[in-house]
Amino acid sequence: MALKASALRRFLASDLGYSFKSSPMAVSAFVLLVLLIASAFLAPWISPQNPHDLSQLFIDKAEIPPIWAQGGEWPYLLGTDPQGRDVLSAILYGTRVSLIIGLAAVAVSMAVGVTVGLMAGFFGGWIDNLLMRVADTVLSIPTLLVAILVSALFRGILPPAMRDPFAAIILVLAIALTGWVQYARTVRASTMVERRTEYVLAARIIGVSSARLMRKHILPNTLTPVMVAATLNLGLAILSEATLSFLGVGMPITQPSLGTLIRIGNQYLFSGSWWLVVFPALHLGLIVLAVNLLGDWLRDAMNPKLR
Amino acid sequence: MRGLRALLSSPLMFAFLVKRLANAAGVMLAVAFIAFMIFRFVGDPVELMLNEQASQAQRDELRVRLGLDRSFVVQFGTFVLNAMQGDFGISYRNQQEVFTLIVERFPATFELVLMATFLSLVIGIPLGVYSAIRHKTLLAQAIQFVSVLGISLPSFALGILFILLFSVTLHWLPAFGRGETVMVGGWSTGLLTPSGRMALILPGVTLSLFQITLVMRLVRAEMMETMRTEFVRFARARGLSDHAIHFRHALRNCLMPVITVTGLQIGNLIAFALVTETVFQWPGMGMLFVQAVSFVDIPVMAAYLIIVSFIFVSLNTLVDLTYALVDPRLRQQAVAGAGHGT
Repeated sequence: MALKASALRRFLASDLGYSFKSSPMAVSAFVLLVLLIASAFLAPWISPQNPHDLSQLFIDKAEIPPIWAQGGEWPYLLGTDPQGRDVLSAILYGTRVSLIIGLAAVAVSMAVGVTVGLMAGFFGGWIDNLLMRVADTVLSIPTLLVAILVSALFRGILPPAMRDPFAAIILVLAIALTGWVQYARTVRASTMVERRTEYVLAARIIGVSSARLMRKHILPNTLTPVMVAATLNLGLAILSEATLSFLGVGMPITQPSLGTLIRIGNQYLFSGSWWLVVFPALHLGLIVLAVNLLGDWLRDAMNPKLR
Repeated sequence: MRGLRALLSSPLMFAFLVKRLANAAGVMLAVAFIAFMIFRFVGDPVELMLNEQASQAQRDELRVRLGLDRSFVVQFGTFVLNAMQGDFGISYRNQQEVFTLIVERFPATFELVLMATFLSLVIGIPLGVYSAIRHKTLLAQAIQFVSVLGISLPSFALGILFILLFSVTLHWLPAFGRGETVMVGGWSTGLLTPSGRMALILPGVTLSLFQITLVMRLVRAEMMETMRTEFVRFARARGLSDHAIHFRHALRNCLMPVITVTGLQIGNLIAFALVTETVFQWPGMGMLFVQAVSFVDIPVMAAYLIIVSFIFVSLNTLVDLTYALVDPRLRQQAVAGAGHGT
């Protein structure tokens, strides 16, 4: 803990920390995001109900409107669905699923993209040509289409019993398959610049191996734009996951993400149970908004031209 | 036209043209290969087309008839040749020709994308100009914030909220379908009937919101950049009115990237239309694709992938070539560097 506290103090004393403290937008987006993430991961302890535990669902509590509307009932703050499931609890559990998939997709894209970018930029020649041609081809198909096709195909290949347990992994792969390209391009561009600098040349002369040169010398100097891209892409990844789940090629009803909840709620759109779709949709918007605001701030703060 | 002649007469430009077209053809070949692999290896087409009781002889006969007994390369070649002639096989689900199915649905998607593009320019450009030239005012900052809000709420969620507000609660606009359509020379259009136009409003606005914010942010950034340039300062020194400076000088300089991005985004809009079409039950190509996905109707999926990628790649190539024609500085870079992505 002491180590964490000193890291925090060091961050607040840095240039970036100063820019953070003086931007009320960044601070409020950060606080909002921390609250949303914390509430999602603490869901088993703080939510009024476990939405996956059938013994906690009561059929006579079905389709109760939110607490402030007529017929609302404690503790169902945001109402219940036709199975008597508390909407707030379902949202908190669903957010956890959405966040885990979003974070995993960003992590996988970043790992693949940074590796590809380093290799392409460092070695150049045919490796560079090959890798960048692959990147071009991936981007020549609309990303949403790639993601839908990949998830649909995996589901087509897997036997029905295997689909649900692997749904999250399939989604991560489907999103990461196009996600890595942006990182690869950024890292490649900065690697090509760093490769020619004197410190790299000096390290090479004293006999540092290529792998170590890439990992210890070049990589740290290419990471700033990567961090900005990662933050902004987290928002995009969460949206992609939600879109795929909404279209029915994402998370199953047994493990709903926010997108699945919106898909389910959409079926009750004309029956008057508006809270089933409105609250998951707004919650999703709130998470992505917080991430985007933070990403926008980070991009501006890291851009030396704007200082 | 003069540019085109210049393009063909200069050897460097001709090389660029050939290289760019070869690149596009290569990408399309890669897409066709992916589509072929899907077609060939996800589920056995023979099993999918015949029922359980079919005899081994019937299976073998169908296998030969579909050409599945031939070598991989020959099969791929036949697939590409057929695709180039618009022959994508028969839909597993409703036994109709896939190409006809998709072509029938194309006008619906096209009108939706056209509407979204139109809205994005008509709303996005003025908002962008305003938030650039009055960037310190509260309203401009509010617009900027709303634009972040606009890209944070996914289009399907927004579409659902629109239906809830304007259809279910207020009963102003229809919640699904295309309304009444008329056939004009083989093209079914909803633009000519009142119900068709009403039905287009909600899906059009939903699809355009992301695009509006994109155009707005682009115009804003370009305008801020242009307002700092020498020629704008000179125009001011000449005593021109603010209005003339902003619209006759600065804005004109920003329009080129806006046109490029709009052109490039049409491909993405067609892809994203599938989400909007699902929300509003809009009978376009996208809804056909989403239905094909849930029924694992492989020929329709493969054909949709190829057709949408073809539109996407053609637009990208066209934009690149236009750029080279308009801006000679880009020729060198374009010859050396890669194409545009999203």
